[in-house]
Amino acid sequence: MTDLVSQPAPDPAAEHAERVEHRWATFAVAIIVLLVAVATFAAFYHTAVPQARVETVNPRTLHLAGEFIESNLGSALDADGSVTVRVIGEQYSFTPSCILVPTDTPITFRMTSADVVHGFLVDGTNINLMLVPGYISSLGARFDAPGERLMPCHEFCGVGHEGMWARVRIVDKAAFVALATRRRRLSCVE
Amino acid sequence: MWNSKRLILAHFWFAFAGFGIALLLGEWQMFIRSPLAAWISDPDLYYRSVTAHGTTMAYVLPTLVAMGFGYFVTEQALKRPMIGLHWAWLGWGLAVLGTISAIVPVALGRASVLYTFYPPMVGNAFYYIGIVLVVLGSWIWVALMAVNLYRWKRDNPGAPVPFPMFATVAGAYLWGWTAVGAALELLFQIMPVALGWRDTIDAGLARVFFSWTLHAIVYFWLMPTYIAYYTIVPRAIGGRLFSDTMGRIAFALFLVAAMPIGIHHAFEDPQVGAGFKYLHSVFTGVVAIPTLLTVFTICASVEIAGRLRGGRGVLGWLKALPWLNPAMLGTALSFVMLGFGGAGGLINMSYQLDATIHNTQWVTGHFHLIFAGAIVIMYFVIAYDIWPHLTGRALGCFGLMRAQLWLWGIGMIVLTFPWHWVGILGMPRRMAFYDYTNPALASLAMPVIMSVIGGAILVVSGALLFLVLLRGQFAPRSEPEAYRFSVAVRPPHRVPAALNGMGLWVGLMIALTIVNYGFPIAHAIATPGTAVPAVMVGERP
Repeated sequence: MTDLVSQPAPDPAAEHAERVEHRWATFAVAIIVLLVAVATFAAFYHTAVPQARVETVNPRTLHLAGEFIESNLGSALDADGSVTVRVIGEQYSFTPSCILVPTDTPITFRMTSADVVHGFLVDGTNINLMLVPGYISSLGARFDAPGERLMPCHEFCGVGHEGMWARVRIVDKAAFVALATRRRRLSCVE
Repeated sequence: MWNSKRLILAHFWFAFAGFGIALLLGEWQMFIRSPLAAWISDPDLYYRSVTAHGTTMAYVLPTLVAMGFGYFVTEQALKRPMIGLHWAWLGWGLAVLGTISAIVPVALGRASVLYTFYPPMVGNAFYYIGIVLVVLGSWIWVALMAVNLYRWKRDNPGAPVPFPMFATVAGAYLWGWTAVGAALELLFQIMPVALGWRDTIDAGLARVFFSWTLHAIVYFWLMPTYIAYYTIVPRAIGGRLFSDTMGRIAFALFLVAAMPIGIHHAFEDPQVGAGFKYLHSVFTGVVAIPTLLTVFTICASVEIAGRLRGGRGVLGWLKALPWLNPAMLGTALSFVMLGFGGAGGLINMSYQLDATIHNTQWVTGHFHLIFAGAIVIMYFVIAYDIWPHLTGRALGCFGLMRAQLWLWGIGMIVLTFPWHWVGILGMPRRMAFYDYTNPALASLAMPVIMSVIGGAILVVSGALLFLVLLRGQFAPRSEPEAYRFSVAVRPPHRVPAALNGMGLWVGLMIALTIVNYGFPIAHAIATPGTAVPAVMVGERP
């Protein structure tokens, strides 16, 4: 980089300084290349990528038609054995406010907002999504162990933001499947 | 030659006055949501406070410091009176007017939308008008920086532009362009609703626009700090700048690479596809390079000072450094915070790791450590360094300055390290209240109390800042010797055209912005049915 500049006849000290500077610049670039390479490998090999597709939905008619009507919210056991969880965030609660999911099962969260921007995370996991009205947020997940976790709204959504906490209850896979034979959509109420 | 002393002082005093008030608000917020306080009965008070704190600290403090310091550099580096003094006062006036216009509705509870706006929530129009006025005032500054550089180059054909001016103009252009994103969001999405002309907003598009501003604005905040690293610190501690060229390259790279990376703030958002998120993640990596170059150049410059002062051996030069000098102390503390903050930032920018900490207290901890810590501590150092040249009175109390800087560094670490920790535990940010009696949240109580203590230390440090500056105002008059910037080990005789002007870099900046933002913006505009009803904030029935 320093060869861009014309300077008077260089002395040995200057040459040494330039060499050290070059070495550092190369090292700095190498660090960044390595970091990007790790992320790229994870992205392409493990498909560890954020939501890939942009999907839209009309927040004004969520309750009238489509996958976010009230009777379709909650956890659904799909034909291939995976589970889809549909949730709406609105000022100032999630519906359902306690989500029931099985262990050791591929789970897809499909969520949207009925009013303003919300977000959520599930405590102790890397499940983390923004909900933007007009768009569907979707994320794959899998839980290893049964238990109950908190699921707060993590984006400022108005004066009641502090009260917007939901829960995720993780139950044994067999118990979940047994419940799912009785009802097509599940939440903690069951 | 000195016709802008009062102008520069007006910028710094207004910036610091806002800073002082916002600092107290910040500590109150820390306290009221900690286990030390009972439930806040009206959470809106908390969000008014957060809005005022964020608006002042993010838009007023750094903008006014960058403007004032920019005017200072213009006169001192170009060694001639600044062109456009009246325009500069107009810019200051707009910034003051805008700040008042923005803060009044916030105080009245009519604009609790936080400084990041969050459409489709919409507050009182005067809040947004105020922000626009501040930005307009700062754009006058951008234009004045450009005009002064242009005239100087015309009068000094072929001469190397003084490095402090080169860096300042780079910062000005970065701000001029990055502010366009938020301006588009305000003018085309939010303000038509706030003024009652429309009742829908495309929230996804607005978030993309805001991300355009959201990251490069941090580099705009950083500019005065980096300019101080390169052009003040080596001179203040008796050393030389290791490399003038590397400095120019670093600032040129900031200009190019700070812009097209903002979508890394939207990794978890649904309105941008995975491809552009990846692209922005990669470019966020690139922008770490000028910082790594800076760390090398400044450490080498400091080492020169240590050796000139008689330091020997591999580490002996460290001991020989003038540790009692506020510039030395401030830089060291700033570097410590920059190191930790930068390491945290590498996690935020990571395509995958970000999901673990996105929108948790980790993020609050991160940007306080970088901005309020590493960056703002150098604003203090800048003020201490140039104040005698502005007031014509010496700042004599070095002990107080050192105490102020130490407390700021320590306070910021006590504040932010626990924040990072509770963020990893999953504590969401921007809540007026947490139920620490919930067993799942009980472990957050102690770190949160530590943060409150950190904030209290910062309040003491803030008070000392005002004490130092006010005492300086009453010191006896003494004409300081001419101001000097750092001199490079080998001052440039001739600089290649690319590193003597901004044309190439501004061109690259705009081109990369179009490449990295063109499709996400066009896609969001073209996607039908994404205009959603606005939700008015603070309306009284």
